Amino acid sequence: MKPGPFRYLAPASLQDAAAMLRAHADAKVLAGGQSLIPVLSMRLARPTHLVDLGGIPGLDRIEVTDAYVRVGAMVRHAQLLADEGAYAALPLLRQALVNVAHPAIRNRGTTVGSIAHADAAGEMPSVLAITDGVVEAVGPDGRREIAARDFFAGPLETTLAHDEIVEAVRFGRFPTGTRTAFRESARRHGDYALAGVAVAVTVENDRITAARASFVSVTDVPGVVDLSSVLAGADPATADWSVVDETVDAHLQPESDIHASAQYRRMLAAELTRRALAEAVAQPSTASAPGAHR
Amino acid sequence: MTDLNAADLLTDELHDVTVTVNGAVHTARVPARRLLSDFLRHDLRLTGTHVGCEHGVCGACTVLVDGRPMRSCLMFAIQAQRHEITTVEGLGDSPERMNHVQRAFTECHGLQCGFCTPGFITTITAFLEDNPDPTEGEAREAVSGNLCRCTGYQNIVKSVLRAAELKRSEAEPPAAETAQSEESESR
Ligand SMILES: Cc1cc2nc3c(=O)[nH]c(=O)nc-3n(C[C@H](O)[C@H](O)[C@H](O)COP(=O)(O)OP(=O)(O)OC[C@H]3O[C@@H](n4cnc5c(N)ncnc54)[C@H](O)[C@@H]3O)c2cc1C
Ligand code: FES
Ligand code: FES
Repeated sequence: MKPGPFRYLAPASLQDAAAMLRAHADAKVLAGGQSLIPVLSMRLARPTHLVDLGGIPGLDRIEVTDAYVRVGAMVRHAQLLADEGAYAALPLLRQALVNVAHPAIRNRGTTVGSIAHADAAGEMPSVLAITDGVVEAVGPDGRREIAARDFFAGPLETTLAHDEIVEAVRFGRFPTGTRTAFRESARRHGDYALAGVAVAVTVENDRITAARASFVSVTDVPGVVDLSSVLAGADPATADWSVVDETVDAHLQPESDIHASAQYRRMLAAELTRRALAEAVAQPSTASAPGAHR
Repeated sequence: MTDLNAADLLTDELHDVTVTVNGAVHTARVPARRLLSDFLRHDLRLTGTHVGCEHGVCGACTVLVDGRPMRSCLMFAIQAQRHEITTVEGLGDSPERMNHVQRAFTECHGLQCGFCTPGFITTITAFLEDNPDPTEGEAREAVSGNLCRCTGYQNIVKSVLRAAELKRSEAEPPAAETAQSEESESR
């Protein structure tokens, strides 16, 4: 269980890093290594070069604006989890991050890395999706922005080009009056979830005006299902959350594996969604900055 | 030879890697693919750090990187160069010089075969810095990323709580506790 030989490259800028990726067709980006190094050790991948982002200055910043929380490529899960500004702006970040692996993994793994890795069992891709987030990519030919809905192409697959690097992601902030929750079920806290869900519910004058959900481990890519049509107008105090069941079920594409059957995952996802919705509306509403939009 | 990978043609390039471990500066000439866990065990002969799964799951290889627990099997030695590494040897390397967590493990029978123990010791030492007075639930959560095939975890959770007590009493001015650690079976 050791990685095969590779050339280690330590660029000092993103531009250099992108040039290295272009020069070497079998190069790979190394961020926290918490997903990549196991893959290398198991020899599931044999890149010729690793381009380590760890030495590039400025990638470890978290920025909060009225519209979004921007997270740089080398921000570790643990750093984002502890960031009070990010939590106040978008509580869903912390609500989800406590479910990502164990502290020792969160101390090194990056949030952007887990999004670039695009594991259907990862929590943060779903959070990017439900917040209508944006990926900021840098390549040898310049920068581009990719909306979350256009970023995830399949399990472990994104629309990022081989020589592009994610410089940061922006998680959108919700409109005033939005409450969020994250629920998942794993064999052991911190393990990959059998099923998980992020929900956001907007309440105005004691009536639900909008609701949406995004899933973990039960869809191929973290899409967003809009629950507004079935929940709009409901009183959050007395709502019957099972009205969302059909819409949710139609959105899921769970698979069976040694951990759980597809049917069990469906059942779990539906139950977690009902519980998450109830939990969300019991939360204090997000203190959104005036004029905040997604 | 049908699916020859470009990487199959590569040979290792050696790097002089300098890492500070337990306060001492060490240099070794190693390939970039040398995992920090192997660097510690093979190149520096610090075999207190154990290696179980080599993919981040078991926690046996956990060391402190600038005081924070991380998996040494999920880091390359070459990436550790700007950081201070602490292994279990650095926390206490003999029965006479054990830290509060090591003493609690001997007192509470927090180990049997001891294979998993170094990873627990490093993880719990860092945890108690952040949370000096954990509840039982928090103690259990703190060790949830480390696997032990022997103890059933009950005595490990007890050890976390006892270590917290020992640490708090150490923090107080001397008098009360003169840790009479008996000979230990941990070595
Ligand atoms: C035991 C264990 C349990 C875990 N449990 C969970 C869990 O419950 N939930 C969860 O979500 N994750 C879990 N993880 C994975 C963890 O979250 C990783 O940190 C994360 O998936 C990848 O981040 P990284 O920085 O380590 O990326 P790396 O491992 O360095 O990279 C992962 C992939 O993304 C690419 N990449 C990384 N950063 C960039 C970038 N900026 N631009 C372009 N490409 C990039 C790499 O080339 C590589 O292909 C677990 C890991 C372990 C070892
Ligand atoms: S050997 Fe590193 S976590 Fe198991
Ligand atoms: S004491 Fe044997 S594995 Fe933990």
